[in-house]
Amino acid sequence: MRLVGSDLACVRGGRQVFRDLNFALGAGEALAVTGPNGAGKSSLLRLLAGLLRPSEGRLALEGGEAELSVGEQAHYLGHQDALKPSLSVGENLRFWGRFLGGAAAAADTKALAAVGLDELVHLPAGYLSAGQRRRLSLARLLAVPRPIWLLDEPTAALDTAAQGMLAGLMRAHLADGGLILAATHGPLGLDKANELRLGRGR
Amino acid sequence: MTALGALLVRDMRLAVRVGGGALTGVLFFLIVVTLVPFAVGPDLVLLARIGPAILWLGALLASLLALDRLIAMDYEDGSFDLILTARTPLELALAAKALAHWLTTGLPLVVAAPLLGLLLNLDPRATGAVALTLLVGTPALTFIGLIGAALTVVLRRGGLLLAILVLPLTIPVLIFGVSASNAAIVGPVPFGTPFTILCALTLMSIVVGPFAAALALRQGLD
Repeated sequence: MRLVGSDLACVRGGRQVFRDLNFALGAGEALAVTGPNGAGKSSLLRLLAGLLRPSEGRLALEGGEAELSVGEQAHYLGHQDALKPSLSVGENLRFWGRFLGGAAAAADTKALAAVGLDELVHLPAGYLSAGQRRRLSLARLLAVPRPIWLLDEPTAALDTAAQGMLAGLMRAHLADGGLILAATHGPLGLDKANELRLGRGR
Repeated sequence: MTALGALLVRDMRLAVRVGGGALTGVLFFLIVVTLVPFAVGPDLVLLARIGPAILWLGALLASLLALDRLIAMDYEDGSFDLILTARTPLELALAAKALAHWLTTGLPLVVAAPLLGLLLNLDPRATGAVALTLLVGTPALTFIGLIGAALTVVLRRGGLLLAILVLPLTIPVLIFGVSASNAAIVGPVPFGTPFTILCALTLMSIVVGPFAAALALRQGLD
């Protein structure tokens, strides 16, 4: 499986965010997208998830399911966590598990245990802290298997222990032949990650 | 189907839990209809004559109340991004959301209508006719409202703009809903004629609504 972006360009609000962007990512590889604020890191991830249309260039997943778009084979973890405060932790995860991929209930339990939220299953998500909300969003990635992970500043709001946990989850995903693209300012905690540096005025 | 069922159940749960909007519509409906006899005065004949129109107007305005939450809530908290990355077509997901919205806000209006009919001096036959037309007509209000909800989310203007966009589109539903009710009560047109047109309007809006809303949302991706 290989994710290839060629000559990608993105225009938002009349402003050229980036252009002539090329990258390729194979199975088991991670790509850290870095750059100053406003360089287009989030835009690139949203573009890959199918939430923005590229103004130029093309994007292809070689060896993926042909009838699905790249976004439909990817998990997008954005700044917003898509959690409903009035639903419990378990209900939130159960919904996304069923909606995104028909995941079995057993997968939820395992995913919650992996992010350390298994004791809070019945707590309404509105009572979670920012870091716990982030963990619950991560549990979604584990409950529904998808090959590509698009992570927008995944370490934000996570404490040191949780950052270690995240690094472990990413390593396991890469070992399974997954692909990770992460926009980040800090280290991801991965042994080897290629870097895609975006800059202003490219 | 699992995905759509999950979305339906989630939206209904959200509507009935704390902060959901399921009851506001019915309460508004109740208040509007209760105020009419005070404003018009205790003229029983007049009340019975304008009763169906009052019930329909009340239901129309009440159905607008919760409409701005239909898509905006998911748009604001990032759920909508994930709905787009799901393998379920956006049109079907929107139809499931609209159905959940109707079940939690439209259906209670239909159930409340016979009770409020008493306040407006409607006889059982007239009450039955109004309730039946509301049952058939309110889905049209929700699915037309879905288009307005999608457009206002894309334009990032909530509230009043939604009402201004949606209300003109619901005029045909109002006309045929009220005329079917009146046909059942006083005639002279047979009940079936306006009622069939009302059914057609609902079916049309159920087909067009999700596609138009999905088109608006896709155009507004940014």
